[in-house]
Amino acid sequence: MTEALWYFARGSGVISLVLLTVVVALGIGSRSGKPAFGLPRFAVSMLHRNAALLAVVFLAGHIVSLLFDPYAQLRLVDFVLPFVGNYRPFWQGLGTLGFDLMIAIVVTSLLRNRIGARAWRAVHWLAYLSWPIALAHGLGTGSDNGTWWLWAISIACTAVVVVAVGWRLSTGFSRFPARADREVAARLRQPEAKQLEEVR
Amino acid sequence: MTSVAEAPTGRVEQRLLDGEVGLDAHLARHGRLPILDSSQIIGMARDAGLTGRGGAGFPVWRKLSAVAQAGGAAVVVANAAEGEPASRKDRALLAYQPNLVLDGLQLAAAATRAKAAHLYAPKAALPALRRLLVARRTAGLDRLEVTLHAAPDAFVSGEESAVVSAINGTGAVPADKRIRIIQAGVGGAPTLVQNVETLAHLALIARYGAGWFLTAGTADEPGTFLATVSGAVRRPGVIEAGYGVPLGDLIAAAGGATMPLQAVLIGGYHGGWVPADPALPVSRRALEPFGASPGAGVVVALPANACGLGETARIAGYLADQVAGQCGPCINGLPRMAATLADLAARRPRPGLPAEVERLARLVSGRGACRHPDGTARLVLSAMRAFEADVVAHLHGRCLATEGHR
Amino acid sequence: MRLHIDWTACDGRGVCTELLEEMLTEDDWGYPVLRDGKGEIPRALDGAARRAVDRCPRLALKLTQQ
Ligand SMILES: Cc1cc2nc3c(=O)[nH]c(=O)nc-3n(C[C@H](O)[C@H](O)[C@H](O)COP(=O)(O)O)c2cc1C
Ligand code: SF4
Ligand code: SF4
Repeated sequence: MTEALWYFARGSGVISLVLLTVVVALGIGSRSGKPAFGLPRFAVSMLHRNAALLAVVFLAGHIVSLLFDPYAQLRLVDFVLPFVGNYRPFWQGLGTLGFDLMIAIVVTSLLRNRIGARAWRAVHWLAYLSWPIALAHGLGTGSDNGTWWLWAISIACTAVVVVAVGWRLSTGFSRFPARADREVAARLRQPEAKQLEEVR
Repeated sequence: MTSVAEAPTGRVEQRLLDGEVGLDAHLARHGRLPILDSSQIIGMARDAGLTGRGGAGFPVWRKLSAVAQAGGAAVVVANAAEGEPASRKDRALLAYQPNLVLDGLQLAAAATRAKAAHLYAPKAALPALRRLLVARRTAGLDRLEVTLHAAPDAFVSGEESAVVSAINGTGAVPADKRIRIIQAGVGGAPTLVQNVETLAHLALIARYGAGWFLTAGTADEPGTFLATVSGAVRRPGVIEAGYGVPLGDLIAAAGGATMPLQAVLIGGYHGGWVPADPALPVSRRALEPFGASPGAGVVVALPANACGLGETARIAGYLADQVAGQCGPCINGLPRMAATLADLAARRPRPGLPAEVERLARLVSGRGACRHPDGTARLVLSAMRAFEADVVAHLHGRCLATEGHR
Repeated sequence: MRLHIDWTACDGRGVCTELLEEMLTEDDWGYPVLRDGKGEIPRALDGAARRAVDRCPRLALKLTQQ
């Protein structure tokens, strides 16, 4: 029984990482304006969101199963507060951090009409951070980090993200390369610290 | 309805700009403001048919009552940004009769029961205004304190939502119009932005009544307006006249044309080209068929030996350079439209050039946070119509104006 | 109901032009163009319009009464 739990915990963690990789790649691809990976733009956007939600579901499974796992000896606090764990606190802490980040992103995304575009975008940039954190956590804590298949999956995930970033930086990325950047003209920003002159 | 011909004809006449300069002269001539309540001020503005002088010509009383009824402590703003390079009238008004503007600002504040008042003007105008505000305070003229703000020297800095965000300290950048500043402007309060000339008229109406105001201008468009006349005239400058004033009278008041005129740009860089017909009345009604309007009173006389397409391309290039940069269709469309017109003006013809200019003008219209693209497109489209013969000549590599073919 | 585009937010990513082809086309730079110029939403497109508003990555689309 505990054996099964242990495998489930590991498996769901790995699946979560794979899904997160897909989310990051689609997130980058959605900025192109071109149909990415052969999918229409709105499908990229839908898939990005749904894969993210699915990644969170597997992440929850990963965590809940570890809670019942006698080997892992995780306490509730380890799921919220990073770097205080008993077992490899640094690598485990990364997992906690990644989890916290993902919760923040999901909550702000679901509420984005309420909190406004600016706050949502700020939090969303953090999303990119949760990917390398998850990757490092997997390689660091996974007691199987000596096994070939975890390495293989990690390398494949890295390759996918590297390709996506490379495409993002390439000149062919945007569908409208000649398009002018939207940027507020400097002359409209108040030239002096504040051009406000009060009369007392 | 009365036709333009039956209405009292507008003429060159000094109301705002008349009288000596200075606070003492102002008080000697006009006296203190009468004490009026909100509904009295709004009623007078309505009876006088006063419209905005900042370009759009919107009835003032409707804005006053909308802000008064919006709920919450309102804010009033006098707009003297005058980003339009061909306009000098707001600066002239602030230099010669600033007291009328400040009186009008107090009236607008009383009408909207405002809790704060701001004056937004080019930096050079501020020191004198600051001294004047102190003198007025000493004389007990201003019930509400006025805060001064420097307007950046840029075309869109006077657009009303740009004015609001400049005062809010976030740069003179136009904002999306889904939430109107009448509901939430400066500091989130209901906000009234009014051109300084509009406010000066309000100050005179409060003293001399709506009936007096109606004796100038036409029946549909009462009152006087400040025109900035420039181009091929002997004495370019600011001239006050009633709406409906014949174009020829305005040109004559500016010293007359220096040479035969080909066309006149009315309403400024967002305006339209009209024929140089001395009898043409300068009123909304009479200019409408040309796709033009008096706007903020800009009149630029184009001499017969200048190319109207070249001049328009120059202005369109300036306007494309002045975009705030926020809106995709504007920041991409205006430079493309200006460059396409420049090709036509410089006689680099290619098939479909005029149609492409018109397509781009229609493409950018209505697709920005502010009406800068619309105004630029209006100017370009009016040039394509007014200089139709020149367009044909340019497509054949000739220019009617500069080569003396006319 | 009307579809309102906040041009200070729209990045021309073109998600809306795919989801709401009946109402929107793309301009030369990938920014949406309202086919009718006003954004009037026909009853039948209510759902599609809501979906486009929901999926805009820049929250640039809004439904307004009028
Ligand atoms: C691009 C642009 C620039 C403008 N610049 C000015 C300006 O410099 N001064 C001004 O009074 N109004 C300007 N306006 C008009 C204002 O938005 C607003 O309508 C006006 O200040 C309202 O005052 P009024 O009703 O008294 O005319 C501009 C509008 C646009 C679209
Ligand atoms: S329409 Fe043009 S000028 Fe107006 S806010 Fe947008 S980018 Fe700026
Ligand atoms: S989906 Fe949003 S950002 Fe993309 S083009 Fe449409 S309005 Fe603009």
